[in-house]
Amino acid sequence: MERDARTAREGLGLIMASAISVPNPTIIPPISWRRRTLDHVMTGVAILTVVIVLAPLVAIFGYLCYKGIGSINIAFLTQTPKPVGEVGGGMANAIVGSAFILAIASLMGVPMGIGAGIFLSEYGRNRYGDAVRFVSDVLNGVPSIVIGIVAYGLVVIRQKHFSALAGGVALAIMMVPTIARTTEQMLLLVPQAIREAAYGLGVSRWRTTLSITLRTATSGVITGVMLAFARVAGETAPLLFTAFGNQFWNLKPDQPTAALSLQIYTYALSPFDDWHRQAWAGSFVLIVLIVGAVAAVRYVVRRGRLAGA
Amino acid sequence: MGVGITVERLNAFYGKTQALFDININVLANHATALIGPSGCGKSTFIRCLNRMHETIPESRVEGNVRIGEFNVYNGTSATELRRRVGMVFQKPNPFPTMSIYDNVAAGLKLNGFRNRKKVDEVVEKSLRSSALFEEVKDSLHKKSGASLSGGQQQRLCIARALAVQPEVLLMDEPCSALDPISTGKIEELIFQLKEQYTIVIVTHNMQQAARVAEFTGFFLLGKMIEFDKTEKVFTNPSDKRTEDYVTGRFG
Amino acid sequence: MANQALPRPRFEAPDPERGTKAIPKLETSATPLLAGKVSEVPDALFGGAMRLCGLAVVGILALIVFELLHAFGWKFFGLQDWNPVEDQYGALPFIYGTIVSSLLSLVIAVPLSIGVAVFITEMCPVGLRGILSFMTELLAAIPSVVYGLWAIFVLVPLLRAYVQPFLATTLGWTGLFSGPPYGIGMLAAGIILAIMIIPIISSITREVMTVVPQHQREAVLALGSTRWEMIRIGVLRNARAGIVGGIILGLGRALGETMAVTMVIGNRAEIAKSLFAPGYTMASVLANEFSEATGDLYLSALIEIGLALFLVTIVVNALARLMVWSVTRGQPARGSV
Repeated sequence: MERDARTAREGLGLIMASAISVPNPTIIPPISWRRRTLDHVMTGVAILTVVIVLAPLVAIFGYLCYKGIGSINIAFLTQTPKPVGEVGGGMANAIVGSAFILAIASLMGVPMGIGAGIFLSEYGRNRYGDAVRFVSDVLNGVPSIVIGIVAYGLVVIRQKHFSALAGGVALAIMMVPTIARTTEQMLLLVPQAIREAAYGLGVSRWRTTLSITLRTATSGVITGVMLAFARVAGETAPLLFTAFGNQFWNLKPDQPTAALSLQIYTYALSPFDDWHRQAWAGSFVLIVLIVGAVAAVRYVVRRGRLAGA
Repeated sequence: MGVGITVERLNAFYGKTQALFDININVLANHATALIGPSGCGKSTFIRCLNRMHETIPESRVEGNVRIGEFNVYNGTSATELRRRVGMVFQKPNPFPTMSIYDNVAAGLKLNGFRNRKKVDEVVEKSLRSSALFEEVKDSLHKKSGASLSGGQQQRLCIARALAVQPEVLLMDEPCSALDPISTGKIEELIFQLKEQYTIVIVTHNMQQAARVAEFTGFFLLGKMIEFDKTEKVFTNPSDKRTEDYVTGRFG
Repeated sequence: MANQALPRPRFEAPDPERGTKAIPKLETSATPLLAGKVSEVPDALFGGAMRLCGLAVVGILALIVFELLHAFGWKFFGLQDWNPVEDQYGALPFIYGTIVSSLLSLVIAVPLSIGVAVFITEMCPVGLRGILSFMTELLAAIPSVVYGLWAIFVLVPLLRAYVQPFLATTLGWTGLFSGPPYGIGMLAAGIILAIMIIPIISSITREVMTVVPQHQREAVLALGSTRWEMIRIGVLRNARAGIVGGIILGLGRALGETMAVTMVIGNRAEIAKSLFAPGYTMASVLANEFSEATGDLYLSALIEIGLALFLVTIVVNALARLMVWSVTRGQPARGSV
């Protein structure tokens, strides 16, 4: 109501302004050239902003392809880093290490996130759920470096060494709020009538939630999980003092482990040209994996919608 | 065989608002009972109190006594157990979208832990025959999803699904209101035959439908039950003026 | 009054065909297939487990607070055992660096984000909408370290060679653009941060603009406005609270951003007026010095900075979410942002 009144007042002001600016005001005042020009200018400005915003995107991707593709060879994908200063070697251990840390993180973060999502949608349509929802949104905004410090205190200090497990814990903490919220949204999309049909058949609540509600929302929930996964896959800060990085292969969860993002960071800051080249290659691999995941998710979701699910 | 339903002093609430006032009804076994009344009079609420679906709404409350067969609905049976003996068909057909036709009908059995494959096959076929759907879908039981059928077929699928659990009572909340006349006719025919084996309570907006399928009719108005009697009497010679006004179309 | 001559419902004789089509009798044995008591235990267990997961989310927050606090104990909030000369003085450059870089990024990002949002929602042909919004979301998917890499090797040389000399000659009189054009410094950090927060501000702005009801737009158009006037009065004005919320959310993100900033800000703990000068943010000092901190006091000081960063981002984010919720009425913002 108030909004409408404000809008009407503004509109009236417009008419009066245009009436005044025309020497012979007719019943319906024409739009002055000033206003028309402004309209065109603003359209131009908007288009300009789009160009400015998309320019870095194009530039970054262009650069990645240009510098990255050239540097990717078999050696890069299969070897470990050479000693400092030597040319050659690769990031194979970092690629595998990232996958390892992400696997640990997913094992902890995905079930808890989905569980929290189920809580929010099925058991949390009340004050307690609102509190959890709010905390979850707020957690999403905590800087990843701070989460790294927390994981340091939780795991690294106790174990007295860096480890893939610590890195996994840090990433899991980041995954939980995101997965919880997307799972909740997807479950809420399942019509109440479907749940009622199951209750009406005498199916118990837990069975209904898992086999009917969750099952109906499966593609959406998986989308959410993959998005969270893609988001933490590129994180560096939380791994700085948890997984810490490693020159060599490591598949033990209680040892420092190399990660793609960490390696890129170290190489980027180094003074060696060859390492810079490898940093670009590593970035290319990382982006391909992340963008691939995001695009695949969008494709699956669109297909799912068309199939009438 | 169906069982009778006895309702004593039933009062139902949504939060602070009272939706049902002191309902007393005796539903006879193996008969069809229709509940009519204008929108918002509480007939859907009433039927949902019979299988405790009313509880799924937050801040709802029920007082009173309901007995279905030997079960005391509100004192002593778990809701889940009760709902296996009392089937429900909803206003808008709601087959499970991710399941095939077979899985939809078998859902009540499988999700409740019944695993005997041969028996389930048998029950699925019999249920689909009972709801007059078998002939139309027998070639694509496992291939077609429940949601790919037409509206009328979906509703018959939901009826088959409810029957597969072998309830004793069938509650139907305006089952034909979302359907075209031909599907409605088929389902009414179904109800007419099903009442030999089940006790049926059907909520309907359509008085002609009540006249067509039910032996007994109850008239609800503003949360109270005004009259409950043989269908013929309620329509041709009602005791209460309000009933008379409703059935002759003066309001509602 | 209603028509008095309404007929009663016709009561026809039942159809002779009726009831003759026999339906198979469903087996109604004395013991139905699903007889037996149903235990309430599994439901209770499941409900408990789900509630536990929900609690875990709150628990994570509590854990973070606990870890950050117990390095100090509660002495942090007291006045003793605290060396103000050494650390108080030390923390100011980081706070300054964080605030300046974030504000600079907002100054750059906000007009650009709103421009993009306005274009996509109101001006763009429908076919392009999907591609453009996908591309802005793609900007959000790029990891921070890759932004930093690109910034070091592409943005910084650009700044050093063209932008900074240009700014020095045109706007040098303000004092903001003085000093040697290293390329690396506050300006670079502000620019790369701006690029990183544009997707989040833009997508929230788009969302709150879409929520504005169509009749608001039509009302202004019906009074004879141009399209820009319709957007300004009918949409942006109504979406104001949500847009501000989005901006604050972007601010929250900028405050906590670590990697890209660390790589281009120069990492020198100084307070300088010029944007060309190197600086240091709270997140950067944590990234650079945490694993090498020797001595309890050093470590504690760093954790204090971490706690301060945590509290600031929590407050900013909570504020932002409240504002966005008030406009979108409780619908959650997209989970990927």
